[in-house]
Amino acid sequence: MLIALFMTPALAGLLALIVHRDSLRRALLLAVAFCHLTLTAAVWLKPPVSSPSEFLGLDPLGLLFLSIVSLLFVFSAVYAAGYLKRVSDSTQPDILQGTFFARSAEAVFTCCLLEFLATMTLVTLSQHFGLLWVAVEATTLVSAPLIYFHRSLRSLEATWKYLILCSVGIAIALLGNFFLAVAATDHGGRGVPLVLRHLLAHAGELHTQWLKAAFLLFLVGYGTKMGLAPMHSWLPDAHSESPSFVSMLLSGALLNCAFLGLLRIFQVCDAAGQGQFARDLLVLFGFISLATAAVFILRQSEYKRMLAYSSVEHMGILSLGVGFGGVGVFGALLHSVNHSLTKGMLFLVAGNLLSAYRTRNIGEVRGVLHVLPYSGALWLAGFLAITGTPPFGLFISEFTILRSVVSAGSLLAAAIYLALLGMIFAGMAASVLNMAQGNAGLERASDAISEPASSVIPPLLLGALTLMLGLYCPAALTEKLQQAARLLGGF
Amino acid sequence: MTILLEGVTVLVLVTNLLLLSSSRLNYCIRVVAAQGALVGLLPLLMHFNELAARVLMISLAGMVLKLLVFPWLLLRAMRGVDVRREMEPYVGYSLSLLSGVGMLIVSFWIGSRLPLAIPGLRHSVLPMAFFNIFTGLFLLVGRRKALTQVLGYLVMENGIYIFGAAVVLEAPLMVELGVLLDVFMLVFVLGIILFHISRDFDHLDIDRLSALKDWHGAEDEPAAFAPEHSRES
Repeated sequence: MLIALFMTPALAGLLALIVHRDSLRRALLLAVAFCHLTLTAAVWLKPPVSSPSEFLGLDPLGLLFLSIVSLLFVFSAVYAAGYLKRVSDSTQPDILQGTFFARSAEAVFTCCLLEFLATMTLVTLSQHFGLLWVAVEATTLVSAPLIYFHRSLRSLEATWKYLILCSVGIAIALLGNFFLAVAATDHGGRGVPLVLRHLLAHAGELHTQWLKAAFLLFLVGYGTKMGLAPMHSWLPDAHSESPSFVSMLLSGALLNCAFLGLLRIFQVCDAAGQGQFARDLLVLFGFISLATAAVFILRQSEYKRMLAYSSVEHMGILSLGVGFGGVGVFGALLHSVNHSLTKGMLFLVAGNLLSAYRTRNIGEVRGVLHVLPYSGALWLAGFLAITGTPPFGLFISEFTILRSVVSAGSLLAAAIYLALLGMIFAGMAASVLNMAQGNAGLERASDAISEPASSVIPPLLLGALTLMLGLYCPAALTEKLQQAARLLGGF
Repeated sequence: MTILLEGVTVLVLVTNLLLLSSSRLNYCIRVVAAQGALVGLLPLLMHFNELAARVLMISLAGMVLKLLVFPWLLLRAMRGVDVRREMEPYVGYSLSLLSGVGMLIVSFWIGSRLPLAIPGLRHSVLPMAFFNIFTGLFLLVGRRKALTQVLGYLVMENGIYIFGAAVVLEAPLMVELGVLLDVFMLVFVLGIILFHISRDFDHLDIDRLSALKDWHGAEDEPAAFAPEHSRES
């Protein structure tokens, strides 16, 4: 079962390279996406009892992130199939460069998209720290061609920064792996294998100083990939230059995978009695991320970059939740589900805006509600959801994290948290409301604005799911979230 | 074996100093290739007595990759474009060399203070691992060409490899192969992108890759790791 989860997209990706008919390849993409979702659902209903190797396994934490990846990929694939069909039918001028699109071959693109799903699945299944590292680095490699889809100078620059920064970051995480191996080596020269289960069982025997150093290296390494603040500088570029359904996967699925890498080493630290050290660091980086995001969102002039900084913000909130512990861990995990759904919705709508208005500038987009009634309404709803306005799910999770901050007794931290969230709300409100209202944009976006179903229904469904999570959280999900939170020392 | 091991370690040190002080891109690619081969020798020398086929295989694969495949990929990415084939450092060569000496001292200091309990570990190997990591990071931030960032990454990766070979006795074969494959794919993809950059931009300077930033003029996003923001905890 676990092997099938990983191998289906991996093999289908190779198959996509040799399929010549465009329509057939798009059908393959959709088929694999739905097949993967079915397999994930099957794992929910009937957890696999045995795993083929010690290296692979699925605990509640992995299952949670696997489900996010699988669900988002289905929406992304539906949107992508429609998008690829539209761009291959017409040769539009490039949105910003003015030169004609020189798109990468669609076969390679589809292959990379499917391999992206395969590697992210592998991240969620890995129980060995070395394998986890290999999988995380592989996600970087296969997603780089996705960012370079529109072969423009800007996307080239974004791809370069993404590859270099993330690879250097992940190399630091490799050093962290070796430090962890040293921490697990006893005086006889024999060591505990870097399998999560064994490390947790022998956590008391780990060398404390090496373990702390390892956690620091993991935090910097996977934190770079996750987009935590001082290391986030690749993120806005990559998110704003890639096609919207790729941005959605980067933000909603990939950042979570890096977060999972961080949570794995956190589990070991917590079991070894170094939980407080790790939590303090997570809180520090969480606040730095929130503050950075707030500053950059307030002065942002491009809407896709604004969404990217919002991802930095939410990654900060996730690490705050885990950092304050207790009920916050549950809040953080719920938040990662909510954030993925909502950010996916917003990026897809942003893609609709981009193809209608042909500009990324907030100032040049006016009257979305008139020009694109469906997308406009979704854009407003998405804005309310992502800033944590009640009935939406993010309100519940952000509020849960606030409760854990208050119950940790730190009123100052709670005040800063609320103030930064307020700043971000104000910054996004100014931009989004300006874009939604007015009618100056009509003559710019004159030619045939139609909203195809494949670009409206996926964000609509994602929005509905976010709304549902705010009003009613299914018992099965709550139970899984609680199990996962207990693995991380929370409840 | 000890003499040989020490000799290889010193040669690795020399390659780092050469990289810090030389100005020719072609030459630097070859120095990094030579360093990759030397680094590949280290695990063979360290575990000479209980040399397993597994270690031999991984080391040889790594050496072929670093000595032949990487330089070929990188030289190919550079060919055909009229780039000025110099490093064009942000930090001058003599100052770089001086920093190199400083980093070397720091590396030895770190190496002497590590609480390691691994039998038969040579003391000169660990400082060399840290020296490589520092040199790699220095090249990543201190040079202007996009290509030198790849070289910096490779030097840093060599350092991590030395560290791993010195302290980790047993890593599963699948993981080692995976790491090797990842590094290979990375250099492969970077080579392709370098080729596109040099063709489309007609240069390889990273400080001119600056179309993407948040507000023009006010403050540039640093290309590498941003400095620490000093903020509340």
